[in-house]
Amino acid sequence: MRIVVAMSGGVDSSVAAALLTEQGHEVVGLSMQLYDQRGPEAFGSCCSLDDLYDARRVASTLGFPHYIVNFERQFRETVIANFVSEYASGRTPLPCAHCNSDLKFSTLLERAHGLGAAHVATGHYARVERDEDGRWQLQRSADRAKDQSYFLFSLTQDQLAHAVFPVGALTKPEVRDQARRLALNVADKPDSQEICFVPDHDYASFVAKHEPAVTHAGAIVDESGQQLASHGGIHRFTVGQRKGLGVSAAAPLYVLKIDAASREVTVGPRSSLERERLTASHVNWIAVDAPAGWLSVSAQIRHRHLAAPGRVRALEHGRAEFEFDTPQPAVTPGQAVVFYDEDIVVGGGWID
Amino acid sequence: MQRIYFDHNATTPVAPEVADRMAAALREEFGNPSSVHHFGQRAKAAIDEARSAVGALIGAEASEIVFTSGGTESDNFAIRGVAEALEPTGRRHLVTTAIEHEAVLNTFKALARRGWSTTLVKVDQTGIVSPDAVTEAIGEQTALVTVMHANNEIGTIQPLAEIARLAKARGAVVHTDAVQSVGKIPVNVKTLGVDLLSLSAHKIYGPKGVGALWIRRGLRLNPLLTGGKHERSRRAGTENVAGIIGMGVAAQLAATKMAADASRLALLRDGLENGILAAVSGTAVNGTRTPRVANTTNISFDRVEAESLLIALDLEGIAVSTGSACSSGTLEPSHVLKAMGFSPHRAQNSIRFSLGAASTEADVARVIAVLPGIVEKLRSLTRTPVRA
Repeated sequence: MRIVVAMSGGVDSSVAAALLTEQGHEVVGLSMQLYDQRGPEAFGSCCSLDDLYDARRVASTLGFPHYIVNFERQFRETVIANFVSEYASGRTPLPCAHCNSDLKFSTLLERAHGLGAAHVATGHYARVERDEDGRWQLQRSADRAKDQSYFLFSLTQDQLAHAVFPVGALTKPEVRDQARRLALNVADKPDSQEICFVPDHDYASFVAKHEPAVTHAGAIVDESGQQLASHGGIHRFTVGQRKGLGVSAAAPLYVLKIDAASREVTVGPRSSLERERLTASHVNWIAVDAPAGWLSVSAQIRHRHLAAPGRVRALEHGRAEFEFDTPQPAVTPGQAVVFYDEDIVVGGGWID
Repeated sequence: MQRIYFDHNATTPVAPEVADRMAAALREEFGNPSSVHHFGQRAKAAIDEARSAVGALIGAEASEIVFTSGGTESDNFAIRGVAEALEPTGRRHLVTTAIEHEAVLNTFKALARRGWSTTLVKVDQTGIVSPDAVTEAIGEQTALVTVMHANNEIGTIQPLAEIARLAKARGAVVHTDAVQSVGKIPVNVKTLGVDLLSLSAHKIYGPKGVGALWIRRGLRLNPLLTGGKHERSRRAGTENVAGIIGMGVAAQLAATKMAADASRLALLRDGLENGILAAVSGTAVNGTRTPRVANTTNISFDRVEAESLLIALDLEGIAVSTGSACSSGTLEPSHVLKAMGFSPHRAQNSIRFSLGAASTEADVARVIAVLPGIVEKLRSLTRTPVRA
């Protein structure tokens, strides 16, 4: 079977390609160019020229063709546009999830179809399986510490049907062992950590460059509305943030709320950060049809969050509400909430 | 997989005669051509022989040929060399066309940043440069006019002799990048009436990394590289002996085979072109079909991204190209097609097929057979994936 592997030049997608090759598939490696590689300041951590070189080396070692596809326009129109507008709206975006559903398993999958490949494989740490009813299930990775199912919650049944995650059943150390066994040049390459298209992790400058209006000053206020300080733009804040507020207080203060209209950033003590419930929009139900009644699940509200138990039910217009058994700090608008039943992704949406 | 190579304008396979001679040269002519002793003399003699062969191919004296690292260096040497040599005279204006190779365009940009004024002459959808338009661009300050002989992407042949005549009448030095015409059509520096001519070995079944600049006797230009007195003090650095010998053999082969190859390739190319136009709807040839080098056709495929088409064809074993590759290897819309006034869409949906010595009727038939299915598949795709 011809299968397209999205190759970032990292160890995970490289081993994914290697495993598929060993299984006898005809692998075609595609690396996505997502932003201008030539600008002096344009080098992020992923998909740089060095990464493209690494991907090419792996393809040549394993003996399959490798191409670079230019998705700069699509990336700009989907992922970057959303990233900037979310910050400008006082929300904290999650570009990797958009990249997965709006680019890798959309534009890239379409390209794969054009090349006679029904599936796109990636190096994600997640598993996809078809249950007895024919429904595609998304599950956490065998390596819980590396699990990336949180970033894949917005894949539809159609997209999951065409997604392959060859390293989802492995742990990271096992993936590196495989890479060393195959003598891949990326075996000991460090994991990428940052948002790939933001140089030097300086997302505030990136947002300001794309949307200069965000730099309008505003007030930092306490819960009673008393102004404590001023700030240089709401894009510099995220709900739950403690550092860099420019306010001194006896007890640590956290960002509680960002109001894009008034440009007010409300801060308060950690106790005020906790929430008992949340609502989410554009909810994608995977394991079940949208549940009219309450369903017991756990909710993960950011990448490194330990899913907290509670109950969820669907609302109208593709929304959902979730109630935590125990209140959780830093429910951040713009991040994803993903509902789990043990390892199974029940569904997920964007926190309001 | 039986592979078909239709990308000879990118590079050509090294001819067996060239490879054999170069392998011998690497072993036997290892001497430094600047050395006084036997070994140096032997290498020097081999280079002189190559210089004569390259000169003969373009109707030039051997002594007027300077070997370089390739077409890009030759273009840089010609443009920068003349610009700098004439700088003290106050002539700081340079003229070229919008459809040149990047070796010329980016050299112009670099000189523009250093204070030279530059003019890019526009070209219409025929892909033929108008001699009048070039003439209009030339002023009293114009030091150099450079116009390519044949275009690398669409193959059109420029009215170079007329352009050279008009430009020289206005006192400008005339250079041509003939990388894509040498070996494909007769090139004679005297008939063309130019002052400088760039050529490259690997486009004529020679090795990569070697080229030449023909410099009309008596023309002054500054060297790019400073160092020893190699190449009559015009190009410092120990010569790429084996490469130069290979280029010499390639030039000899081109001189003897060119006419027969060209008429054969024209038939094949026309068969391919007409076959594609007939078999695939929404196709059109970019640029005029004549005058054009015999091996090249550039065809646009409506509603198909050339990037996908190129990859799909490669997976079928058919090598073609499109636009120019950027640093990462991805494709950008062709600057040539954009400069000719085609929409960005069309510039991004065009494929170049460039045939060569080993191309056969069977190759052409296979491409015509495979293309319609691939194009139909790419056109049928929507943004919503089909469930397996």
